[in-house]
Order: sequence, then C-alpha cells, then structure tokens
Amino acid sequence: MTSRLLAFLRNIVPPVVFGVGFLAAWELVVKGFDLKPYFLAPPSKIWEMFTTNFDLVWGATKVSGTNALVGLLVGTAFGVVMSLVLSRYKVLNELVTPLAVALNAIPIFVLVAVLNNMFSITSEVPRRLMVTLVVYFIVLVNVARGLTQVSPTHVELMRSYAASEFSILRKVRVPNAVPYLFTSLKIAAPASVITAFVSEYFGGSQNGLGSRIASNIANSKNAVAWAYVLGACLLGLVFYTVSSLLEGVATPGGGTKRVRRRVRST
Amino acid sequence: MKRLRRVALFLGSLLLVALAWELYKLVGPETGGKVFGWNLLPRSNDQAMPHVWEMLSRYADPEMRGSDRQIWRVVLAGAWFSFRLAFVGFFVGTLLGMSLAVLMARFKVAERGILPYLVVSQTVPLIALAPLVVSWGGKIEVFGWSWPRWLSASVLGAFLAFFPVAVGALRGLQSPSAASVELMNSYAASWTQTLFKLRLPASVPFLVPALKLAASASVIGVVVAEISTGLKGGIGRLIIEYAREATSDPAKVFTAVFGAALLGLAMSGFVTLADTFMMRNRPKEATA
Amino acid sequence: MSAVDISNLGKVFNPGAPNQVDALVGVDLSIASGEFVSLIGPSGCGKSTLLRLIANLLEPTAGSISVNGKTPKQARLDQDYGMAFQQSGLFEWRTVAKNIELPLELKGWDKNKRRERAMEMLELVKLADFAEHYPWQLSGGMQQRVAIARALAVHPPLLLMDEPFGALDEMTREHMQGELLSICRRTGTTVVFVTHSIPEAVYLSNRVVVMSPRPGRITKIVDVNIEGERTDATRDNAAFFGGITAVREALRGVEMSDHVRGIEDR
Repeated sequence: MTSRLLAFLRNIVPPVVFGVGFLAAWELVVKGFDLKPYFLAPPSKIWEMFTTNFDLVWGATKVSGTNALVGLLVGTAFGVVMSLVLSRYKVLNELVTPLAVALNAIPIFVLVAVLNNMFSITSEVPRRLMVTLVVYFIVLVNVARGLTQVSPTHVELMRSYAASEFSILRKVRVPNAVPYLFTSLKIAAPASVITAFVSEYFGGSQNGLGSRIASNIANSKNAVAWAYVLGACLLGLVFYTVSSLLEGVATPGGGTKRVRRRVRST
Repeated sequence: MKRLRRVALFLGSLLLVALAWELYKLVGPETGGKVFGWNLLPRSNDQAMPHVWEMLSRYADPEMRGSDRQIWRVVLAGAWFSFRLAFVGFFVGTLLGMSLAVLMARFKVAERGILPYLVVSQTVPLIALAPLVVSWGGKIEVFGWSWPRWLSASVLGAFLAFFPVAVGALRGLQSPSAASVELMNSYAASWTQTLFKLRLPASVPFLVPALKLAASASVIGVVVAEISTGLKGGIGRLIIEYAREATSDPAKVFTAVFGAALLGLAMSGFVTLADTFMMRNRPKEATA
Repeated sequence: MSAVDISNLGKVFNPGAPNQVDALVGVDLSIASGEFVSLIGPSGCGKSTLLRLIANLLEPTAGSISVNGKTPKQARLDQDYGMAFQQSGLFEWRTVAKNIELPLELKGWDKNKRRERAMEMLELVKLADFAEHYPWQLSGGMQQRVAIARALAVHPPLLLMDEPFGALDEMTREHMQGELLSICRRTGTTVVFVTHSIPEAVYLSNRVVVMSPRPGRITKIVDVNIEGERTDATRDNAAFFGGITAVREALRGVEMSDHVRGIEDR
C-alpha cells in the first residue's frame, strides 16, 4: 500500500514542483528585472486581472466556446455519416482520403477570410463553419479507418454465416469503429478550440477570446490579455478533459492507442 | 502506376469540390438564406462566391489597377517568404524539442516534471499567445540589435512545433527494448554512447509523425503571426489585404488562399522527403 | 584457472520490502575453460538472474563471482564475454556487418580492423554473402547467427546465452545447435547457456545445471556422458536419451508437490 502511495507521490511531486517553480521564477524575473508591463506581466498581476475581469473573460469564453462546441458537434455528426458512406463505397474512400491528407498539411483556417465574405459581418457562422470543416475531416478519416480496418478473420466469419453487408456493418465494423470515434474526438476537441480562436483573427465579430486577446495587446494591456489567455487555456483543457472522460467511459479497457492521428497539433 | 492513380484521384477530388462549389452557386440563394430560421446559407452571388474559373484566371491579371505585376508573382513571393519563416521555425522548434527530449530521457526527474505539461500543452490553444509573441517585435533591443518583426513569426512557429517533437522524440528515445539496453550495458557503453548508437537511431520511426505535426504547426504559427501583425511580405498579410477588397474584387482573396495551401503543401512535402530519407534503410512496416 | 567461479552467491530483489524475492541463494558453481554448461529449470528458478550476475548486469547481495580471474565488473569493462538473447537484438538501421562492428566501435577500433573482424565473424557463421543486408531481410535463424557473430566479435573467452533459440522453430533450432557447437569447438569458447528445453541442454552441454525456484538454487548438476563429437546421429544415441532422463528426473525431483512449469519435454 505504501509503495503505491510512494509511486503516486513520485509522479505528482515533480510536475507540481516544476510548475510552482516556473511560476515563482517568472514572478521573480519580472519583478527583479523590472520588466515593462507591455513586455511581460507577472503571474500575480495576471491572476488579479483574471479575477477582477472574470465576467468579461467568461463572456468571451462563452462565445468562443460555443463556436467550438457547435462546430465540434456538427462536424462529428457529418463526419460519422460520411464515413459510413465511405465505408460502403470504396471508390469514394479513395477520392476523399488523398484530399483529407492534403488538407491536413495546409492551414485551412485561412478559408475564414473567404467565409467572412459569404455571411454578414456580425455572424458567428463563418467560425462555426470553419470548426465544422476541421472537425469533419479529423472524424471522417479516423472513423472511416475504424470501419474499414477490421480484422479479416471477423469478416470471413460473418461471410461464412451468409451475413448481409449491412449486418457486417452493424455487428463488426461499427463496434470496431467506436474506439476510433472517441479517440478522434480527443483530437478534434482541442482542434475545435484552436480553430475557433484562429478564426477570430480574420476580422468579423469581436466578441470572442481571440479578438479580445489581440485588442488588449494592441492597447498594451498585457496583463488583461494574459487573463484572457488563461481563460483560453482553461477552455481547451475542459474540452480535452471531457472528451478524454467520454473516451474512458465509452471504451472500457482503453481507446485505440495505436490510432494514427490526422491532427493539428496547436 | 499506383502513384499515378493516387495523383489522378486527388485531382479528381479537387474537381468534385469545384463542381460542388459551382452547383451551390447555381441553386443557392443569391442573398443568403435561412435554414430552420438560422442564417446558415451563404450568399451565392458572384461577389461573395466567384466562379472557379474566375479564381484561376485572376492569377494572370495584375495585382492592382495600375500595377503591372501579375498577381501570381505576388502570391508566389508571399508564399516563399512565409515558407522561409516557417522553415526556420520548424528547424529551431525541432532542435529545441529534441534537446529537451534528450534531457528528459537522461533525467527521469525532468521527465516526470516536464512531460505532463508538454502533453497538456498540445490540448491548449497555444495560438492564443500569438499576439503576445508578436508584440515583442519592435520592442526588444539588446546591444543595439532590435528584434526584427519577422522573427516573431518564426518564434511562434518554433514554439508550436516544439511540443509534438519533444513528446515524440522522448517516446522514441525510450523505445529500445530492455534487451538492447542490456546489450549496450554489457559493452560497458557510456550513456552518451548508448544515446548516439542506440536511442537516437531507434527514435527515428517516432520522429516521422512528430515532424509532420511540427511542419504543419510551424506553418500555422507563421501564418497566424503574419495575420496578427500584418507582417509585410508574407502570405498572411496578402490574405487579409485581399479579403478587404472582396467587395470590388471577389476572386482576389482566393488567389492568396491557394497560395497559403501551396505553402502548407511545400512544407509537408519537404518533411515527407526528409522522412523518406531518414527511413530509407528501415523495414517498410514502421512502428508508431 | 576456471573460466567462471561462483561461490555462495545470493541475490535478493527488494530486500525488506513486502515484495521481496529470493532470486538466488547459496549458489556454488565452477566452470572450466572451454566447457559448455547449460542452466535449466522452471520459471522463477533464477537461471536468467544467474546469467546476468555473471555478466555484471546485476550486483549480488551475497557471495562472490570471478570471471576469467577478475571481478565481473572488470570482465565487463575488458569485454571478456559476449552475450546473446532470445530476441536477436540486432539494430534494424544497421547492416549485418555494421551490427557486428558495434562492440568494436565502442572499444574504439580502427575502421579497417573492424571491417576485417566483422567479415571474419561472418565467415565463421557462414553468412559472408549477407554483410550488406539488413537484419529484417534475414530469417530468424540467420539473425541469431549474426547475433552470435556479434557476441564473438571481440573473441571473448566466455559466451553467455539467454535462450537464444527460443523463438525459432524446431528444425531451425536443431540446425542452430549444431552450428553453435561447431563454432565453439573452433574457437574454444566457454559457454553458459540458459534454456527451457531438456533435449537442447543435453545435446549442447558437458554439464547440465538443474535449478529450482523459491528460493532459486542449484538442485543437481548432471554430467552428460556422450562420447566423441556431437552430430545429428547423437540425437539417436542411447547416452543422449540417458542424459535426458537424468535431467528430467532431477527436474521432477525439484518440487514433488509443486507444479513444475515451463519445461519442454520434447
């Protein structure tokens, strides 16, 4: 029992020490070198700004968060539907996959510039569309892989039972794909937050976290900007944690650790 | 033959996208529409959605009225500018990431203390720090050398590329089997010798996916930095500029968007080449 | 002078902790130069631990070992032994020849001398034509031959082997046993060989050391009295079967009440 406690401590103490030490060093460096506030703000000031401006930060977080969430849900829904179609018609699969690979390499969020023109200036729809697009491809590629990369032995077995394609889909492919879905959500969730952010840098509605950060920096209010950054990090963490928990609940025994990831890392 | 087929299919999928675009233009509402009461449908008039051929033909026309520089030259120059920035960011980020990975492999304490943050940082929108990094440009002066503005873009690219490389490289450095490590111990090899002769070569298959992530991350970092600053010369700025002229010249912004796509593909192509070179003598069934 | 001298050797893992394991207790063994000795016993009897103690990959908690008249640590630093494992442990990014050169590189050998020695070892294991191949292009048996060539690259007086043929099929295994004996005859190397297989132990060895678990110790040392050189014909020899029977009985006598696991009887 004590050895388990020791192991737990051994894993917890170093990151906590490192984190605290990092914050302390940050505070000391800013105070010690008397760094100008427009350059770097100390953690104490950031926390102060965060708590005093909490309502504002929360408001902005809701805007960006909603954009991310809507895109995440819609993108996942479309991705799943499309992957089912792809698994049925192999030709489509071959058409879509190289496109998805190429899209993974390019910064497609620049399309927001185009999308902004297609909607009214105050609309949040361009951002949501962007997130939908990004999430769609992540989910599509991973779930399609889950549906198609089933054990040949299982398929052979089902064929020996004269099972229909739909039966095979239901009994073999879909169960196989479920872990892939949840693992792709774990990737898509942070990606949705990031995309929601980046989309805000292209103009349009200024209510989200990204715009707030940019405008506060432009006004040299660094500490406030950092407070929004903190909000952004928390938002990203929440999205990731929820999707992680979902994965844990939906796939007892762990998700697919070896699911190859089509992903944006930021 | 297989490669040809893949290229043909890729072009085919692009054609499908173009067709879908034109189809929407044909049937979609000119001033945008509502679905279930929400303004979901984009405007399909020529101003908001130029025809595909208009986008392509725009490349041949001059950038601005009165200028005789064709737009494809401008876009290409912008893409090349951004490519160089992204390359620097990628290179620096990779170097730093690998150094940290070696440190973490050497000192278990460092791994336990730092790795959780590295993993978490990949789920957090680090891009939120973009305006901050960018704001340092023009404000730092060290021994008479002032921080050039383009450096912020590369720094952001390096920052974003750093994390996946550090995590992937560490995994790779720790990948050799216990037997291989025992073998090196039986040779009384030092830690450094084991690093260079066993751990580093063994980490290459793990670096391959990490470098792909790093490449796309550095491109994102650079483009976002350019957009935040309006850094002159880069493709990000072109996109913003041309987007502003969308009412009078709708096809223009697309030229820059495709330029950004080219940038991403070029970076990814470079990394793929590097990967192929690094894995040239390995069995085709790579791990990770 | 004996090649390996083990006196009252003991090894305890996690002493004092609730998960303490008495891996070895009171082991005495003397191995003469040029001898082939096998260690055999059920899982947990400490044979692999004993091998690693000789190799100085573990430190004893009691007793002493001398290898080639030196401490195990000195023997390791002087490269007085070569080691081979069940997984051939070849580096997939190096050619066959470069794999053999590995220990020589670490000792700072000159490039030409390394090449010479590597080719010499490849001749010895009859794989000279495969010098520029990569390990994954070779069969399992060939990979093990390369591993043996690597183990003998520094011409060590002692060879330590931990179930090197365990992953091979039966036919390849018997073939490799013959190859190993012929190589050792030519080089006069002392061999300590860990195995699960009774026929393998008897075929290869001058003496078979039978071990038992909880705590790990030597139960009996069986002298294998087969006249003359061992060939394929030896496998039909009465003395061979006698040796097998003797070892099997020694193993059966290990723990009458305990279920003896991990022994091959074929």
